[in-house]
Amino acid sequence: MRKSFSFSSVATVLGFAFLYAPIVSLIIFSFNESKLVTVWAGFSTKWYVKLFQDPQILGAAWISLKIAFISASLAIILGTLAAYVLVRFRRFLGKNLLSGMITAPLVMPDVIIGLSLLLLFISMESLFGWPAGRGLTTIIIAHTTFCMAYVAVVVQSRLGDMDESLEEAALDLGAKPVRVFFDITLPVISPALVSGWLLSFTLSLDDLVIASFVSGPGASTLPMVIFSKVRLGVSPDINALATIIIVIVALGVLVAATKMKPEKGY
Amino acid sequence: MATNPQSKVSGAIANGAKPWITHDQEPFIKISNLTKKFGDFTAVDNVSLEIYREELFCLLGGSGCGKSTLLRMLAGFEAPTSGKIEIDGQDMSGVAPFDRPTNMMFQSYALFPHMSVEKNVAYGLLRDGVSKNDAYSQVNEMLKLVQLEDFGKRKPDQLSGGQRQRVALARSLIKRPKLLLLDEPLGALDKKLREETQFELINIQESLGVTFIVVTHDQEEAMTLSTRIGVMNEGEIVQVGEPREVYEFPQSRFVADFIGSVNIFEGRVSDDAIDYVRIKSEDANCEIHVSHGVSCTENQKLWFAIRPEKMTVTHKKPHKTKLAKFNWISGIVDEIAYQGNLSVYRIKLESGKVVRITKSNRLRHDEDEITWDDKVYVSWEDTAGVVLTQ
Amino acid sequence: MGHKPQQGLLGWFKRRGRTLVIAIPFWWLMVFFLIPFAVVFKISFAEAIIARPPYSQLFTFAENGVVQIKLVIANYGYLLEDSLYISAYWSSIKIAFVSTLITLLVAYPMAYYIARSPLRRRNVLLMLIILPFWTSFLLRVYAWIGILKTNGIINNVLMWLGITNEPFVMMQTDFAVYVAIVYTYLPFMVLPLFTNLVKLDQSLLEASNDLGANSLTTFFKITLPLSVPGIIAGSMLVFIPVVGEFVIPALLGGPDTLMIGKVLWNEFFSNRDWPVASAVAIVMLVLLVIPIMLLRNAQNASHEEGA
Repeated sequence: MRKSFSFSSVATVLGFAFLYAPIVSLIIFSFNESKLVTVWAGFSTKWYVKLFQDPQILGAAWISLKIAFISASLAIILGTLAAYVLVRFRRFLGKNLLSGMITAPLVMPDVIIGLSLLLLFISMESLFGWPAGRGLTTIIIAHTTFCMAYVAVVVQSRLGDMDESLEEAALDLGAKPVRVFFDITLPVISPALVSGWLLSFTLSLDDLVIASFVSGPGASTLPMVIFSKVRLGVSPDINALATIIIVIVALGVLVAATKMKPEKGY
Repeated sequence: MATNPQSKVSGAIANGAKPWITHDQEPFIKISNLTKKFGDFTAVDNVSLEIYREELFCLLGGSGCGKSTLLRMLAGFEAPTSGKIEIDGQDMSGVAPFDRPTNMMFQSYALFPHMSVEKNVAYGLLRDGVSKNDAYSQVNEMLKLVQLEDFGKRKPDQLSGGQRQRVALARSLIKRPKLLLLDEPLGALDKKLREETQFELINIQESLGVTFIVVTHDQEEAMTLSTRIGVMNEGEIVQVGEPREVYEFPQSRFVADFIGSVNIFEGRVSDDAIDYVRIKSEDANCEIHVSHGVSCTENQKLWFAIRPEKMTVTHKKPHKTKLAKFNWISGIVDEIAYQGNLSVYRIKLESGKVVRITKSNRLRHDEDEITWDDKVYVSWEDTAGVVLTQ
Repeated sequence: MGHKPQQGLLGWFKRRGRTLVIAIPFWWLMVFFLIPFAVVFKISFAEAIIARPPYSQLFTFAENGVVQIKLVIANYGYLLEDSLYISAYWSSIKIAFVSTLITLLVAYPMAYYIARSPLRRRNVLLMLIILPFWTSFLLRVYAWIGILKTNGIINNVLMWLGITNEPFVMMQTDFAVYVAIVYTYLPFMVLPLFTNLVKLDQSLLEASNDLGANSLTTFFKITLPLSVPGIIAGSMLVFIPVVGEFVIPALLGGPDTLMIGKVLWNEFFSNRDWPVASAVAIVMLVLLVIPIMLLRNAQNASHEEGA
């Protein structure tokens, strides 16, 4: 017992070092004076200043945030509906198909999703004239589709853990089904909704491949801009951007974790 | 709403009325030929049952016997495959749970985790459009009744198991339902607390005059609580009766065996008279004389069932003046379990059958103590057992 | 006697609302997930032309009113003829397989350790596993450029220590691709393994020890066989997306690093040959059907266990 325990603890420490070393190096070199991101030349915050003066990055960030906000919000609604239907409705036509379609986007390679959605949008445009061209709308549709899969997984497991007699008790006490959903089901699964929304938001903010396929002129998202810059080589302002994102995410996760703790009791 | 139609007959059953015998009132709940199938599985099989106002009726059975499904059909969570439920003369077919004059107390209590005790209890009243002031003053009264007046602001996860049980009870009673359904209401409590709560439950039921239907698998609980018990097996009601009736006069081997413990001897009728019957049993290796008539035919196969506490075990051969050759068997003591208030003997008869006999330990020291491997005589009165034909 | 349809809102909800609630997510996924595959399938039989959109129509209306169907199978033939495609598929599967195996070896002890930790520490460690997953994937891949470059951190450290005089070439090699894949997909392996291992009844291990097995035997005879569903789920969660991975080979791989995601991307964006890109996608999808089935079975099995 003792032996395997110590082996796994050493492996765990190394594993975490592997996970965090690149992130730490990103943060350190974002404060580097030199343009070379790998040689330390003194502390500086000039790359942060430069970042906030780059209209291309700021514009793309704004577009990405808008897309992420709308996609995450749509994905929460659609994903929760899908999860509710799959967990609570005993049997219906197409249940297997729905549960297959909701899990497949989790593993489907991005290039396939991106290509297939683009070809769909083009065919739809030539058939119905909608969506006219590609841009924010098409990216939002694409992101909603794969984000709702993540939401559905998170919500499904929470709904599965929930005692179904809570809903029955509310019905029994005179609440009608829609009321039961808003009074009982939603508050009980709300931690899952919060983490589903946050997850969708970051996934949307992060996506390069699908957005590249379905976006059009004038709708370059942040990852698309970063990718074109990074292809030309490393640049410290990207490190600065990464540091900002990491700090925001870490704070968000910490706040969420401490806020949700008291509710773990049930 | 909070009207109380029971008031005119309030307390009748608490005072000893037995409408199921006298038939002087209409049944309050009428279940006729109720069947529920899940696919090929029949959970409830053609059940008919009449329950009277202010009864505390227990549905008793093992797991999977259909008692919970029957309860859920009364609450409206499951639609019957066929058959009908009437409550207070009103047909319940197609009436949704939120429109029924029933409330339910769930086995898991199903307290809303995100609401305080007060809000949990008030939930039902507020759904009926009762004003907030009215609702909360009723909540306070109800919390007083279940002795939780100081816990209104707490969340369910800050309560003990016993307190949670009382909140669940308060929440299900606040609307003064015509009928309260309780699914294993004491199942999650430990033994001591369960015994106390049983009496509390009876007091509350009698003081509010609400009709209770309780589902339980615990026969002792059913005996203590109920006015009548309905014993269920494989979806059917096998016997309905007052606790004493069900215990002393079981109608089948299943009921005799399920409620309490019993020794059963298989045999055939050897002598069938108007006022007695004699059974020859190879299990018993003796002839059994029963001092009442049984409708049976000569040589019919049947069973004699007798409770362990109704048999006597002695070192000496019992000497009786009349019927000296009946109702005693010799055997060897196989096992003794000393349980303090009583001792349980397992005695191996000559036929090889093992019988179970209990004897209360009235003396602190017994001169003539029966011990392992003693040769003993087992005997019983001719009124002590029942004859079962199924 | 049959039962009447339910009255009131519940009845309405059960008859209409229910269908509506099912229909919304169902048709969204139908239109934006399943039908697109049919479109890709259709276009994989078209011909690349210089037009907008750059492919021929399968159905054309001839002047006499007859519908002509023109299927071009050449796109698939092309995939077979040009060795580029076959070797790209092969090398994608090889890279995905090897990196899945390495990820499994790295992730298993971590998941094991986390599952055996006391509750408080377990939650902290789990959060630390998930945290990188929340930060940008693209930026985490980017971080490796700075580390692996010829004048990057590793080489600087090695030369400063005097271990080597010549920097190692790690960027634009398969090595860099493997490192980044294992790195970015590690959480996908740890989480399903953890979910499986944490459910493992501790008394099984005690029973095994009690019956005379040492901890190594116990591990191979009890823990490992019972964690197979977790292993399969985790492996498929890594294998399937890695086969189609684009960002990692594009940023860290060299010109020799052939991966089918990159080929598809180039076919689409550089060559603008949409029909061939579609054919590439269809073949990739066919290759992934079996792993996806495996994943579904593993997930269903673990759902049933939980229930």
